[in-house]
Amino acid sequence: MIEQLYYEDVIVGGEITPLVKQPTTRQLVMWAGAVGDYLPIHYDKDFAQNRGLSGVIVHGQLVGAFLGQLITDWIGEQGMVRKLSCSYKGMNYPGEALTCKGKVTKKYIEDEHHYVECSLWAENSKGEKTASGKAIVILPSRG
Amino acid sequence: MAEGASGVDKLRSKIGVEWDPRSYQIEREMIRRFARAVGDANPLWEDGTIAPPTFTLAIGFEQFVEDVLALNPFGTMLMGGTEIECYQPIRLGDVITAIFKISNLRERQGKMGNMAFMTFDSTYKNQRQELVAKCRQMVIGY
Repeated sequence: MIEQLYYEDVIVGGEITPLVKQPTTRQLVMWAGAVGDYLPIHYDKDFAQNRGLSGVIVHGQLVGAFLGQLITDWIGEQGMVRKLSCSYKGMNYPGEALTCKGKVTKKYIEDEHHYVECSLWAENSKGEKTASGKAIVILPSRG
Repeated sequence: MAEGASGVDKLRSKIGVEWDPRSYQIEREMIRRFARAVGDANPLWEDGTIAPPTFTLAIGFEQFVEDVLALNPFGTMLMGGTEIECYQPIRLGDVITAIFKISNLRERQGKMGNMAFMTFDSTYKNQRQELVAKCRQMVIGY
């Protein structure tokens, strides 16, 4: 079980435990089937190269889902994701490690809900940010 | 490209117009398959009763891509970004009705020729007509 995080435990500027992913072409196939994304740039190398890419690329939304996992792992069972955004800035290729990271930017209470905002990003093995985003979550309070 | 221009005009004429709603019954294996594809072993969705927030993206996505490609005058499309707003978790047995629309479109010359930057908005309601999520997707046609 994931340990429950409470609003009072969160420090602005604090970092979220990174999540390392190593997407393979097999994982791209699993993702394609799970969401119904059969765009050939994710499985057909010749097609991808024809479209100016060096090979098949990781689905941007899979990277977005990795960032979603980073957040849901962190907030625990009683936390709720209110908003999750992600913009895809660079290509990720299967076989390359991707590290998902996050940092707390804000915490506040509004309408009796305990909100925490975080910036999120994914880095490739060269340390380049290939995706970045933001999450707004509601956490339980000890109070 | 005359053909490309007419295709973009076809897309532009649909700005703000909601597409026909489509409904999807959420089954246990849809949720479990999604979590396995992400490699997410969170016990909350491992048994397929509650879906992770990003599961919303999978609802009606195959049909969405088909619809966009039918309108898109370009060779392929890339996702540029995604925003999900969640109002309540999607659960096993829910019947989710998704409605998509194109909200914005602009064209630009890129290294692969003419590109279209499209913004799509979608809403997701459950069988009780409660809004469960909204999504915004930035799509690049080229």
